[in-house]
Amino acid sequence: MRSTLHEIASVLGVIAAAMVLWEIGVWILKPPPIILPAPSVIFAEFLQAPSYFLRQTAYTIYTTLAGFGLAAVLGLVLAIGIVHSRLLEKTVYTLLVALNSVPKVALAPLFVIWMGTGIEPKIAIALMLALFSVVIDAVLGLRSVDPDMLNLARISRASQFAILRKIRLPNALPSIFAGLKVAISFALVGAIVGEFVAGSEGLGFAILTAQGQFDTPRVFVCLLLLGLLGTVLFYLVEGAERISLPWHVSQRGHASGH
Amino acid sequence: MRTALAPNPAISPATDPAMTTTEPAAASQMPGRATAPAYVSIEGVGKSYGSRHGAVHALAGIDLEVREGEFLSILGPSGCGKSTLLKCIGGLERVTKGSLAVRGQPLSGPPAKAGMVFQRDVLLDWRTILDNVLITAEFLGQSREALKPRALQLLQRFGLSGFENRHPWELSGGMRQRASICRALLCDPELLLMDEPFGALDAMTRDDLNLELARIWQDTRKTVVFVTHGIAEAIFLSDRVVMMDRNPGRIVEVMEIDLPRPRTLAMRETPEFGRYVAHIRHLFAGLGILKEG
Repeated sequence: MRSTLHEIASVLGVIAAAMVLWEIGVWILKPPPIILPAPSVIFAEFLQAPSYFLRQTAYTIYTTLAGFGLAAVLGLVLAIGIVHSRLLEKTVYTLLVALNSVPKVALAPLFVIWMGTGIEPKIAIALMLALFSVVIDAVLGLRSVDPDMLNLARISRASQFAILRKIRLPNALPSIFAGLKVAISFALVGAIVGEFVAGSEGLGFAILTAQGQFDTPRVFVCLLLLGLLGTVLFYLVEGAERISLPWHVSQRGHASGH
Repeated sequence: MRTALAPNPAISPATDPAMTTTEPAAASQMPGRATAPAYVSIEGVGKSYGSRHGAVHALAGIDLEVREGEFLSILGPSGCGKSTLLKCIGGLERVTKGSLAVRGQPLSGPPAKAGMVFQRDVLLDWRTILDNVLITAEFLGQSREALKPRALQLLQRFGLSGFENRHPWELSGGMRQRASICRALLCDPELLLMDEPFGALDAMTRDDLNLELARIWQDTRKTVVFVTHGIAEAIFLSDRVVMMDRNPGRIVEVMEIDLPRPRTLAMRETPEFGRYVAHIRHLFAGLGILKEG
């Protein structure tokens, strides 16, 4: 636990130092506030309407987590299917990989046509952006099993389900978490893109309206909130990883050791 | 380690509670062991597969009977197909020619009551040592709770008491391999398949585990097929040693090892032992596998 606190402290220290440098830089170079406002101005802007900003943040969090959660569940189910079925591998996996090469952000307007301007298309876009990394890393993890581990299960006449539950899934967890850590960032990107395309709420929408009014400090408040949000979400997934994988090489330093 | 299993005068060592078996230990002293029924019958077995460089004959014309209750070693250079043969016996690989039967039943998939030990221990890092041993029960659909006392007894017998709740990465290579042997023995298999189990261990740990394996076999009389490339190890442990050559993988000789049991490490310095070693070395030298000077 102490190492985690130490880590958080060092991250906060670096950010604080960057803010101080930024403030000093603005104070010396005096760029026009419409180009680059000082952190103190941005902070004051936030304090003027904290409830507005927090409401937009909450909306974006909701969209992001909904898209991420759906991507995690759907991605894992798809990956299990792909690993166990040649047919699914040939069809779904091939399609997914082909679709992945399309810049997915370009599909966002299509989702608005299909689903309207509510929260659904935003969740769908977040889901779509996050899904690939979940599927691809989970498939990789589920496949990377030591052949002798499978032989061990087979000599004891284990069922496919037992092999999946007791060997493949736990063995794939490090890889699955690697995919989830990428996915959470993509889900946030998806949520913002959704709000850009057709939104009336959320940090993406707030940035767009502030841009229309050339209100640079407000844009920066949203950007800093997004940065904070992205970081917190990433560390939440990493925290879940630490709790789930005390046995993994990458985590052994943190485990209460012998 | 064995003394920890409080000796009960009412039962023979063979009915050691951790090592229950259907066959009494006295059978080993019976002279007619050569006539013991075949546990595994291998007739004209071949295995080929295609590769970029044409067909590869991993095994060709293998005829062999593994007798019930015997310790059989398969010895040969790398690439002679000894591990492939073992996997075929375990039903993990299909033969492309000939027939393979276990207890008279043609083999389709892994046989009932078989256990396997691999060169790498393949312990699961996310399970404790005890849970790693108990996974055999889970796979076979048997009760974990019912087999827990037996698992603990096995671990104790193999000197792993106090490590039940540790994770594999906290143990040395030798201890990990002991745990993997416990795992294979948990559900009292009749047939134990061992694929170079001590090949990755240092010489001293290897000697130690050879002794323990010999002792366990003595007490339980399981049918063991042991793949190795160690000449001394094969002689030390076995009733019979099967020698194989490569390209294609085939049996060149089967030799009975007529050394008394229980075997001791000191036996390796006896002239009889030396003669077996010399014979095998000569055979492999003649095949161009061992070259001197």
